[in-house]
Amino acid sequence: MRDFSHLDIVFALLWAARWTLLLSSIAFVCGGLAGFLLMLMRISPFRFLKYLSWGYLEIVQGTPLLIQFLLAFFGLSILGIDISPWMSATLALTTFTSAILGDIWRGAVESIPTGQWEASKALSMTYFQQLGLVILPQALKRSIAPTVGFLAQVIKGTSLASAIGFVELARSATNITNVTFEPFFVYFVTAVVYFGICFPISIASRQLEKSLTY
Amino acid sequence: MGYRFQFQVIWENWDLLLAGVGLTLQLSALAIVLGLLVGIVGALCRTSGNRYVSLLAAAYVEAIRNTPFLVQLLFIFFGISSSGPRLGSTLAALLALTINFGAYATEIIRAGIQSIDHSQIEAGMSLGLNRRQVFRLVVLKPAIANIYSALTSQMVLLLLLSSVVSQISAKELTFMGNFLRSRTFRDFEVYFALALIYVALALGFKLLAQLCHRRLFTFTRYI
Repeated sequence: MRDFSHLDIVFALLWAARWTLLLSSIAFVCGGLAGFLLMLMRISPFRFLKYLSWGYLEIVQGTPLLIQFLLAFFGLSILGIDISPWMSATLALTTFTSAILGDIWRGAVESIPTGQWEASKALSMTYFQQLGLVILPQALKRSIAPTVGFLAQVIKGTSLASAIGFVELARSATNITNVTFEPFFVYFVTAVVYFGICFPISIASRQLEKSLTY
Repeated sequence: MGYRFQFQVIWENWDLLLAGVGLTLQLSALAIVLGLLVGIVGALCRTSGNRYVSLLAAAYVEAIRNTPFLVQLLFIFFGISSSGPRLGSTLAALLALTINFGAYATEIIRAGIQSIDHSQIEAGMSLGLNRRQVFRLVVLKPAIANIYSALTSQMVLLLLLSSVVSQISAKELTFMGNFLRSRTFRDFEVYFALALIYVALALGFKLLAQLCHRRLFTFTRYI
């Protein structure tokens, strides 16, 4: 039996932040891939795909992230498989991330003037040549700042994975509080760690927005 | 996968869920009203021209925007209660939601204030409007129209965020859902119903906001 010093608590929380970072990077990558597909569906000329992508966004945006986590963990058990907190946390966050990233990128693509589409079509480019060589490179520049800004939201979102028993930063804080009975100090340090991760990202996003707009 | 859906759990306990919806709406509405007040004060501080006051408001906004709501909530509920006044879970939830919404509202309202060009005020004056008329018709109304959509979507986010306060046992909709699930073991049915209810609430609020926009800001159609 040994006591926790304040320094121990700080190090334990910093060490626990690796799960937060890992979960958010996995979700960001998976969500980015799925979001790209959703964006393609949204700008495609096919009505059905368009509405499917739009409906997905509306449903994801209309439900709390916490409910998405709970559905992915408790709700998916109806499939009869034993789903781990890791899998369901990744699934829930990917769902959320893909919908929002898809919408951010759709906005960027739609902000490119239609003259660009027409001009590239006049050069007899195919649809995917237009997209890949003309539209997306320009849209990429416009979407970088909001995409980086959204990363901070994903990192904050991982804290809700604690509700399904995924031990990341917020959950570790609760566990440490249960041992040390020092909620004020522990949650304060936790908030500082989150701030330390998210604030530089927010600043970077703002700087990018300034430097990439003309 | 021979699973039999049993949605009657939801119908049989509709009063429980309705009570949850009631508290969710109450918490959100109160947090919106109080948070808007915080936001107005914060925005006035941000645009006051006094460096320290402005910096203080900026620090508040950044601190809230860059930490998860869950941690803010736990800090207020457990942290402050452990070394100060004991807050009930509902009160702590309201406090956390208000502080959170206040920070976002500060930024949005600041943008609204700064969106009105000074020449507009001069133009209003030269048309012979008095100071109060200028403030009401030239500054306030267009400023609100400019930030209306940002503000209402932030309100929808707050409504959805309020589900997190179930973590400190404030008895709103998600808490009721968790309670029902632990009693009946109908995991999927309960959370699916919750998701539908939240979608309905969010959509209802959006529609209401659109209707209000059409009635309030008729002038935007001519700009």
